[in-house]
Amino acid sequence: MSTTLAGILFIGSLLMALAVVYRPLGDYMYRVYTRPSHSRVERAVYRTVGADPDGEQTWGAYARSVLAFALVGILFLYGFQRLQNHLPLSLGRTPVKPDQAWNTAVSFVTNTNWQSYSGETTMGHLVQMSGLAVQNFVSAAMGMCVAVALIRGFVRKKTGHLGNFWVDLTRTCVRILLPIAFAAAIVLIAGGLVQNFGGGHVADTLTGAHQQIPGGPVASQEAIKELGTNGGGFYNANSAHPFENATAWTNWLEILLILVIPFSLCRTFGRMVGQNRQGYAILAVMGGIALVSVTLLNVFQLTHHGTVPAAAGGSMEGVEMRFGVANSATFAGATTLTSTGAVDSFHDSYTSLGGMMTLLNMMLGEVAPGGTGSGLYGMLILAVVTVFVAGLMVGRTPEYLGKKIGSREIKFAAMYFLSTPVLVLGGTAVALAVPDGRAGMLNRGAHGFSEVLYAFTSASNNNGSAFAGLTVNTVFYDTALGLCMALGRFLPIVFVLALAGSLARQGRVPESAGTLPTHRPQFAGMLAGVTVVLVALTFLPALALGPLAEGIRS
Amino acid sequence: MRTQPGLLAPRQLLRSLPDACRKLDPRTLWRNPVMFIVEIGAVWTTVLAALHPSVFGWLIVGWLWLTVVFANLAEAVAEGRGEAQAESLRRAKADVVARRLTGDPDTPEERIPAPELRRGDHVVVEAGQIIPGDGDVVEGIAGVDESAITGESAPVIRESGGDRSAVTGGTRVLSDRIVVRITQEPGKSFVDRMIALVEGASRQKTPNEIALNILLAALTIVFLLAVATLQPMAIYAKDVNPGVPASPALGEHGVAGVVLVSLLVCLIPTTIGALLSAIGIAGMDRLVQRNVLATSGRAVEAAGDVGTLLLDKTGTITLGNRQAAAFLRVAGTPEDELADAAQLSSLADETPEGRSVVVFAKQRYGLRERTPGELTHATWVPFTAQTRMSGVDLDDPKRSLRKGAAGAVADWVRGHGGDVPAELARIADGISASGGTPLAVGEAVDGSARVLGVVHLKDVVKEGMRERFGEMRRMGIRTVMITGDNPLTAKAIADEAGVDDYLAEARPEDKLALIRTEQAGGRLVAMTGDGTNDAPALAQADVGVAMNTGTSAAKEAGNMVDLDSDPTKLIEIVEIGKQLLITRGALTTFSIANDVAKYFAIIPALFAGLYPGLAALNVMRLHSPQSAILSAVVFNALVIVALIPPALRGVPYRPGGASRLLSRNLAVYGLGGLAAPFAGIKLIDLLVRYLPGMS
Repeated sequence: MSTTLAGILFIGSLLMALAVVYRPLGDYMYRVYTRPSHSRVERAVYRTVGADPDGEQTWGAYARSVLAFALVGILFLYGFQRLQNHLPLSLGRTPVKPDQAWNTAVSFVTNTNWQSYSGETTMGHLVQMSGLAVQNFVSAAMGMCVAVALIRGFVRKKTGHLGNFWVDLTRTCVRILLPIAFAAAIVLIAGGLVQNFGGGHVADTLTGAHQQIPGGPVASQEAIKELGTNGGGFYNANSAHPFENATAWTNWLEILLILVIPFSLCRTFGRMVGQNRQGYAILAVMGGIALVSVTLLNVFQLTHHGTVPAAAGGSMEGVEMRFGVANSATFAGATTLTSTGAVDSFHDSYTSLGGMMTLLNMMLGEVAPGGTGSGLYGMLILAVVTVFVAGLMVGRTPEYLGKKIGSREIKFAAMYFLSTPVLVLGGTAVALAVPDGRAGMLNRGAHGFSEVLYAFTSASNNNGSAFAGLTVNTVFYDTALGLCMALGRFLPIVFVLALAGSLARQGRVPESAGTLPTHRPQFAGMLAGVTVVLVALTFLPALALGPLAEGIRS
Repeated sequence: MRTQPGLLAPRQLLRSLPDACRKLDPRTLWRNPVMFIVEIGAVWTTVLAALHPSVFGWLIVGWLWLTVVFANLAEAVAEGRGEAQAESLRRAKADVVARRLTGDPDTPEERIPAPELRRGDHVVVEAGQIIPGDGDVVEGIAGVDESAITGESAPVIRESGGDRSAVTGGTRVLSDRIVVRITQEPGKSFVDRMIALVEGASRQKTPNEIALNILLAALTIVFLLAVATLQPMAIYAKDVNPGVPASPALGEHGVAGVVLVSLLVCLIPTTIGALLSAIGIAGMDRLVQRNVLATSGRAVEAAGDVGTLLLDKTGTITLGNRQAAAFLRVAGTPEDELADAAQLSSLADETPEGRSVVVFAKQRYGLRERTPGELTHATWVPFTAQTRMSGVDLDDPKRSLRKGAAGAVADWVRGHGGDVPAELARIADGISASGGTPLAVGEAVDGSARVLGVVHLKDVVKEGMRERFGEMRRMGIRTVMITGDNPLTAKAIADEAGVDDYLAEARPEDKLALIRTEQAGGRLVAMTGDGTNDAPALAQADVGVAMNTGTSAAKEAGNMVDLDSDPTKLIEIVEIGKQLLITRGALTTFSIANDVAKYFAIIPALFAGLYPGLAALNVMRLHSPQSAILSAVVFNALVIVALIPPALRGVPYRPGGASRLLSRNLAVYGLGGLAAPFAGIKLIDLLVRYLPGMS
């Protein structure tokens, strides 16, 4: 079987699986967010944290809850790492240094999972399980809560209330993430992933040397790492490590886990707004962009010119032999199109244009399909902007799902789409301008530039994957990237919630023949166009100096 | 006062040039953030070019300044188009002396300059004099020439009491004498408002314009950021390629300032930024040209959003009065005889309904209209409200004819010894049920009387209304007919006219309640009105168009006044509102789509020296980096001028579904905006390559 055919089958079977679970999972999540009743476990949680599960929150209260919860998470995680030598199951590891602890704490709370450390040699089991793994759940859930709050903004009318963050958070974890992650972990263990508290194995290498390979609760963390679009690996090698990703079919399953919630949330969105076709329109845009991107990435990886790639039938450098070029490229596409950042091959080693695709995927704002929740709210913001321009062109005050897009709404949407470019371009510019920034660069020239650009793009978009070749465990990068992650996560969240609040306060404009239909291919196409053009216009100069400069041969 | 909407003449551009230069003043320009940034860039590059003079530098500087001037020109031209109208209005109000009544029996009136009149003053105006201010006639009746305001030369009648009492300052009394109570404050007359409006002085940004401005500001910030951060990136790129010689665009200190500004100006949405305010002014101007005055731009914009249109039946949907539509025979009377009798009995009926019977007999049956004097020995019986009949008594042979309400004629026939067949009641009921009014025609000859037939009077729906309502439906607008008729009649007319709904037996408070219900459902409501009792509804409606013939109360309550007093104008107002939004949206799309090509011109120009591969992006095969950058800047400036006409004229609006409209505009302005600059920049490059300093 040729590589191309294998790649097509791999992608095709993924699409089939996603299509099969789209409706049941989307409908299930719809019920989770709309049913009034609480389970006994959830009631216990509410009592413990002292939340009134039936009390509704305004957008301000919702945002404060999100921020407070995140702040507590960051402080807790920071403390955990700094004091890990005093904690049980520490495996004798030393405390993490302050700037790296800050970076890691922010990284996991923001669903970024950027790792400037090597997991198996830096963190003890307790930190991994009760610190990092817990954040893997709640940070993913947080994105879904915010997305649901935004949908409620569209659905509700003449109210200040957007739901209750604590209820949404608890339900997301208890009813959605935990059950799926549990099942997935079992399957992954069956697939060969390790799950133990042991100190590790000693392996004899080909050269006769002894190598200590640490074990640990890998499978359980791996499941939520993908399902929650987190991406923080137990091992430094992440999903390229055989204990994290054993075979071609676990590789397939991991990609499925990455994509399943972000895509299925479109169904939940359609159900909540009462028009499934609106969900399909968003799904079509996400899916269309994703498919084009993954295809291009595969093409660039398989057909790049150069002696070595031509001889190997593809660009093999940095690619795990177990998976091959095509499946690795698909994984790379999925991980950067979502805010996952897990890797099973090394993006730095990709062809220039292949590497550029992973960069572009993140620059899109991770909306196709994006992180759990964050992808949906990002796409809905873009839909608001598209509706605004398109709505003017049909001669009416623009409206989306019956809500008018006025100056207030446009203000929040504009601030949303300004946030990440400011962080990405600003961060990259600063890093290149200051000696500390340039000091971390191993490569010179266009490739070195791409590595810095990639780091700031990944951090600001809460992806977490990295181009290697940049020493990021320095005070400068730990601090700067930590800031980018925090601002890149929470500024947009606040703007989304403010927008949701302003939408919920409005009445609803009834649909008429003069209303721009937002479920047709026409609008979906325009939305995809706006998404791509906005990004291209913003980042083209930077891309020209990095991957394009490397990748285009005259 | 109508001016030609015609195309943009080069003379007009030249005339507006001094105004455009005056608008360079940063104190006024800062209101337009996009162009303000261009001006700052122009100033900075001027300084840079002065410090390091080069032909290329000065060419760029020149075109950057031209970009700002062109933007100002668009606004100046739009404003200039209102000036002629403002001038004629000013003449109308100049030097009028008011004869104010003092209430003092010794000196009953005094002469004061019109601008000193206050609300509540009473003034006398006689034939040949100009009415000194807006007000209501409280005494007398007069013919008034309102051509200074409406452009309509036929005089109108204004009288005290009722709905025709309002007069406008600046109009001339042609006959008789009236006393007017002034209802305006000094300096706030209708004419003052008109002048401010046509000059664009009182223009405030509308909600959608504000939202669009926010979006444009955000885009500007994005591009500002992209360009600002490019500098350290470029410096780094230059650092790591020390072997590459410095070019005029890129040296060891990064990208040259002039080039950086050029890139920024090309990327920020200058096209729409330059034309945005001109579009708004031109939109108001289009309304003025259709003799509609809007008191706020907000109302014009709201007109585009209208979801429900309330239309009065009489005068808007139907012609003012009911007209004869058929003669129906009773008891086998020959049709010609019935027509003849109907005509004869109606000759003395001066009501519009009566006249319509005569007209119908002539049109349908070819009966020549006879004048009452033509028949000798005839006694004419005019129509009165008491008898509810009109008719004629002829002497030779002795014969009486009557036409009138079915009941009255039936009684008259019985009174003259005749029988009334049951058929009459059946036909009359049938006509009533269909929304019409039955009039019976009876004849009495020598002591025997009979019913000849029935005249069917009905409301005549104006021509073309059905099509217009169909258009409205496709635009997503619901039409509701308001009438005082009973529900049966209302339904019949509503069906014939093709409106979506009707409100029968409507009282003013019903109208108000209907508006509130529609608004509660999220729809914007537009209506017209003229009477004082329409005022609350006009005020409640999102778009309230008062008729100029109406009362002052109505004109104050509404947010638009139609000088032609044509209620169907609402439909045009809606279209103008939509056109305003479409023009903004289309030019925004065009502006953003333009950027793609500019990148393809400038990026390779900047960096192909460092990274030769990037030369592949130079798809237009531009001559040199300098010519590429200059061409992009020149195109960017010229496209503003090229788009002034569509901005002022408005993008054409064709009623139809939203999807088709969007497809069309996307194709023209989206794809067109993508493709046009590739061709334009290439063309300019073919010319500027021969300039010095281009290689």
